[in-house]
Amino acid sequence: MPPVIQTRDLSRRFGTRWAYSRIDLEVEAGERVLLIGANGSGKTTLLRSLATLLRPTSGALQLFGMDPRADLHAVRRRLGFFSHKTGLYEDLSARDNLAVLARLAGKQAGRSELTARLAEVGLEDRPDSIRRFSAGMRRRVALAALLLTEPELILLDEPFSALDPAGVSQVADLIRSLPGTVVVTSHQVERAASLCQRAVLLQGGQLRWQGRAEQAWAAWRASQREDAT
Amino acid sequence: MSVLVQIAWILQKDLLIEWRARSRMFALVSFALTTLLLFSFAVGPDTKALREHAGGYLWLALLFSSTSLLDRSLRVEEESGAMDSLLLAPTSPTAIFYGKALSNTLQLVVLGVIALPVTLALCDATLTGSPLVLLAALVLGAMGLAAPGTLYAALTARISGQQLLLPLLLFPLIVPALLAAVKATTLVLTGDPMEQSGSWLVLLACFDALYWSICGVLFGRIVET
Repeated sequence: MPPVIQTRDLSRRFGTRWAYSRIDLEVEAGERVLLIGANGSGKTTLLRSLATLLRPTSGALQLFGMDPRADLHAVRRRLGFFSHKTGLYEDLSARDNLAVLARLAGKQAGRSELTARLAEVGLEDRPDSIRRFSAGMRRRVALAALLLTEPELILLDEPFSALDPAGVSQVADLIRSLPGTVVVTSHQVERAASLCQRAVLLQGGQLRWQGRAEQAWAAWRASQREDAT
Repeated sequence: MSVLVQIAWILQKDLLIEWRARSRMFALVSFALTTLLLFSFAVGPDTKALREHAGGYLWLALLFSSTSLLDRSLRVEEESGAMDSLLLAPTSPTAIFYGKALSNTLQLVVLGVIALPVTLALCDATLTGSPLVLLAALVLGAMGLAAPGTLYAALTARISGQQLLLPLLLFPLIVPALLAAVKATTLVLTGDPMEQSGSWLVLLACFDALYWSICGVLFGRIVET
């Protein structure tokens, strides 16, 4: 079985600046990987490339053993992407948002299934538009939308940003219950490390360190000291 | 899922969003009507001039209002990251474009139908030609604004705080279609003894065919970076 994610010398440039360069990364099926690094280290750009939303400038990327350039729709059907932007329509209710995404994904989701999905995130009784929701509630709706298509690979970009401690706890519990392969970026290193098995550190767009998730905090602190000097 | 089905879902989604946020449509209608009122004040009590240029005033009011409508239709996708969700669904960029362009066309036609009687009243004009020709001019003219408008709105929605770029890019491009729409509309309002309105409509349809085919191809290049 091929790795879910396999990159070789993967690089992305904006103008003359490399957002990330020469990234070699493999993620096996069922693995949970934490991607850490300072602001501007290339985490989000790399994650967007892994989500097929941003073309790499050079290098090779294989997802589920397929080249996204050749099998874009087949790859996209199997992955889910969650960013600090929720990907939801503010003027629609949580149920309408889920219904829209289910239809576009070609999934037959009846009223009862949508209610069940919203019940999983504790929002089945909110018919109003999500504009009135708190940041944490929006995250929960976005996670429900993500799970609707049952993706095999889930990419989470800063899932805890702008959340209060209770919101962080709720979202962390939801992430813990996610099935499949998960790659998550977060500045809340200790919290996110508790959800993952492996961690990868990006520094200045380069992959500097890989190791067990419980060592992520020490690696992060060391990179911060290095950046300061 | 076929592209046609995806287009239908995108169209339905966009219309649902507009329905749920219909206060924005009311604001747009008010803006178009205020623009018409200002044109009539600017010209003054010269009934002949007002009547002769009623078609032009109607289309300028629609054009000015369209920039807000078009900008919003794509900004709603970009600001919340919903465009990513659409692409990953996966939805074809072609389907996103045609669904959105159709939705924008429909909304512009509705705006035109609301603004038309007000234009007639303010400019003391009457329908001398066929209402069907007027409806055709309205639909084809709205299509001429919607396709390039949707494409450029996709481009400018990615740049925060650059809403002014949309009219700067869009207005020069749609001058031929706007001209044909104004001519066809004016002929219906002031009389068409030489039966020229059909030719203007054919010309407008040709511009539409060109815009809708080229913009449909280019849209994917903008949203898939």
